[in-house]
Amino acid sequence: MEIIQKLFANELIVSILLSLLPLVFIIAYALVVLYTEMKVAAHIQDRVAYMRTGWHGLLQPIADMLKLLQKEDIIPDKADKLLFRLAPIIAFVGTYAAYAVLPFSSIYIGSNINLGAFFLVAVGSLVVVGILMAGWASNNKWSLFGGVRSAAQMISYEIPTAIAIIIVVMITGSLNLQDVTKFQDGGIGNWVVFGGPSPWLQKLMLMPFTIITFFILFVSSIAEVNRTPFDLPEAESELVQGFNTEYSGMRFAMFYLSEYANLFTVSAVGIALFLGGWSSPFGTFMSGPVWGIFWFVAKAYIFVLVQIWVRWTLPRLRVDQLMYVSWKVLTPWLFVCLLSVGLILVL
Amino acid sequence: MIDQTMLQPPTLPTNYTVKQGHIKTSTGKTIRTEEMIINMGPQHPSTHGVLRLEIVVDGEIIVDCIPHIGYLHRCFEKHCEHMTNYQMVIPYADRMDYCSAMTNEWAFALAAERLLKIEVPERVEYIRVIMAELQRIASHLIAVGTYGIDSGAFTPFLYTFIDREKILDLFEMTCGARLLYNYIWIGGLSHDLPPKFIEQAKDFVEYFRPRLKMLNDLLSYNEIFVKRTANVGVLPKDVAINYAVSGPQLRGSGVNWDLRRDDPYSIYHKLEWEPQVGKGEMGTVGDCWDRHIVRMHEMEQCLNIIEQALAGLPEGNVKAAIPKRIRPEKDAEIYVRTESSRGELGFYIVSDGTASPFRVKARGPAFVNLSVLPEIAKGAMIADLVLIAGSIDIVLGEVDR
Repeated sequence: MEIIQKLFANELIVSILLSLLPLVFIIAYALVVLYTEMKVAAHIQDRVAYMRTGWHGLLQPIADMLKLLQKEDIIPDKADKLLFRLAPIIAFVGTYAAYAVLPFSSIYIGSNINLGAFFLVAVGSLVVVGILMAGWASNNKWSLFGGVRSAAQMISYEIPTAIAIIIVVMITGSLNLQDVTKFQDGGIGNWVVFGGPSPWLQKLMLMPFTIITFFILFVSSIAEVNRTPFDLPEAESELVQGFNTEYSGMRFAMFYLSEYANLFTVSAVGIALFLGGWSSPFGTFMSGPVWGIFWFVAKAYIFVLVQIWVRWTLPRLRVDQLMYVSWKVLTPWLFVCLLSVGLILVL
Repeated sequence: MIDQTMLQPPTLPTNYTVKQGHIKTSTGKTIRTEEMIINMGPQHPSTHGVLRLEIVVDGEIIVDCIPHIGYLHRCFEKHCEHMTNYQMVIPYADRMDYCSAMTNEWAFALAAERLLKIEVPERVEYIRVIMAELQRIASHLIAVGTYGIDSGAFTPFLYTFIDREKILDLFEMTCGARLLYNYIWIGGLSHDLPPKFIEQAKDFVEYFRPRLKMLNDLLSYNEIFVKRTANVGVLPKDVAINYAVSGPQLRGSGVNWDLRRDDPYSIYHKLEWEPQVGKGEMGTVGDCWDRHIVRMHEMEQCLNIIEQALAGLPEGNVKAAIPKRIRPEKDAEIYVRTESSRGELGFYIVSDGTASPFRVKARGPAFVNLSVLPEIAKGAMIADLVLIAGSIDIVLGEVDR
C-alpha cells in the first residue's frame, strides 16, 4: 500500500488503483475457478472436459470469456429496460463491495473499518436486489420464479450466516475482520474453528460448538451463492435458467462473474472467521505479508473446491425443504451454539 | 358422424379466469393474489423432448396441469399402411420409442408372425430375449440418468451413459447400428450374433452388477434424493389400473403385473426371474421413489435373464423359412402385446390380403402412462412436477408416434 502511495502522490489515483486491485484479482480468479470447476466436474463424472484449447484446455476459460463479450446483447421487447440493464450491475456491485473488507494479507485490506463483518452481511443483501430485479424485469414467468425463490432463499440463509458471525465475534471480541484474523495468528491451534487461542479447558469446551458453527456457516454460504444443493434460483431442470434466462452476452457474464466472485467472498469470510484468514497454519513458518496473500487465497480456494465437489455430487432440494433446513435445522442449532459459547465465555 | 368435441385436445377454456384472492400483510394492507398460467415446454429442458404442459399455478403449487402432445407426430400408423411389405414397417417401429428400439421391433415382428402363423427357430427366441433385455437396461439407464438431472444431480447421468455406451457397443457389433437397429425381422433376425458377442455380453453382465450398486449409492439412497421423491406424486393402485398404466410405473404402484410373466411370449416362461414391485420403502407405495427403484431392481433382473439366456443359447438358424412376399389371409386381424421397457406395447394389425397391412394401431405405453400425469400432479409443486413427469419416463417419439 505504501509503495503505491509513494508512487502516486495523488490520493484519488491511489484509492482508485487500490479499489481496482480486487477487480483484477476477481477476473483472474474467476478464470482459474472456471477452469477448475469444469475439470473437477469432468473428473467426478468420469470424463476429461476440454482438452483442445491450449495444454489440457487451459485457454478455454479465456476463450469462453471472449465469446461472452462478443455475443449479441439481447433485451426482450417487453422487458423493463432500465431494470433489466441495472440488475447485473447491482448484483455485481453487491459482490464487489464485499471485497473492500476482506483481509487479503496483514498489510492489505481495502478498507480497514471496524464493522467489517457487519458490512459484509449488509452488502451481501444487495445481490438479492439485483437478482430479484433481473427476475422481474425479464418479463418471463420462469425468471420471476427464479427471482422470488432467490429472494426467499437468500433472506432465510442470511440469518444463520449472521448468527454464525456473531458467535465468532463473541469469541474474538471484534467485528473488524483484520483483528479477527490477527486474533487467530500463530498456527493451526489458534484458529477459531478449534476454539481460538484460549486456555485449553475453555478451548476444549468451545471446540464442538465452533465446529458446528463452522459447518453451518459453510452450508449457508453454499445457499447464499445459489449452488447445488441450493441452486433453486437457477434450477435448470425446473426453471430453465431461472433469473438469468433472458440474459445474454456481457450482462450474462456479469451475473456469472458475480456468482464466482461471490463464491470467493463467502469462502473468504469462512476462512477469515474460522480458519485464521491469512495466518500460516504453521505458526511463524511461512508467515508474512506476502505469504499471507498465499494462505488467504489458498485456503479460500480449497473451500471453493469443496463447494464444487458438493455441487457435482448432490441433487437439489425443494423450495419448502430449503426453508425447512434454514429455519428448523440450522437456525435452532446456531442458537444452541450461541447460548453455549456465551456461557462458556462468561465462565 | 364424428363427435367434434372428441377431436378437441384437452385445453384450458379460452375464457378461463384465473382465481383471485387476497392476503393480509403484517402491516394490515391487503394484497391481491392471482393464479398464473405457465407454459412448460416444448422447449423446457426437463420435459424429455417436446412435451408441452400447460400449468396453472398458485405460487409454486400446481392447481391444474394439461399435457399437450403431438409436436413429434410422424404419422407412424398411416405410413405403415403404405409400405409395400410388412418387413418395411420394422424401421418405423424402431423410431417410435427410440430409447428402446429393440423391444418395439420385436413387438411388431411378433404381431406379424402370429398373424402369419410363423414359428421362429429357438435360437432366434434366445437372441431376441438377450437383445430386448439389454435394450431394457439401456432404456432404464436413460430413465434413471435423466431422472437424476430432473432432481438436480447431473453426475449420475454421465455414469449411466458410460454403461449404456457398452450396451450400444454390443448392439453395434451385432447389427451395425447404435440406436435404431432394424435387427429383429419378421421370422428371424437380420444377422446372427458375431463370434465374440457372447463373451463380451458376459463381461458386461459381470461389469454391470457392481455399477448398479454404485448408482444406487450415488442416487437412489441419497438422502436429498429420497427426500425429494418419497411421498411425491403418489399413484394409488386403483388409479393406476383405471388409467391402464403399465410397465415399471404400474409395478411401482404395487401391482404385480408383467406381461413377460402374465401373458408369456417367447421363452420368458423358461427363465427364472421376478417382476419387481414398489413396496413403499421410503414413503407411500406408488410414489416417485418407488417408480425409480423398480427400474433399478428391474435392471438387476434383466441381468439374470441375460445370463440364463446366454447360457442356454442353442445352435441353429436365425431365419425361419418365410415367403419373400408376406401375404396374410384376407381379413385376418391380431393384437399382440409385449412388455417393452415402458410397459405394455401392443400392435393391432388388420390385413386385407395384400402385402401391406390394411391398418396398424400401436398401443404405446408412454402415451397411456402420460395420461395419468394431470391426476397425480395436482397439488404438487413445480419442482415436484418435473420429478413426476420424469418418473413416468415418457419418450415423446412414442407418445406422438
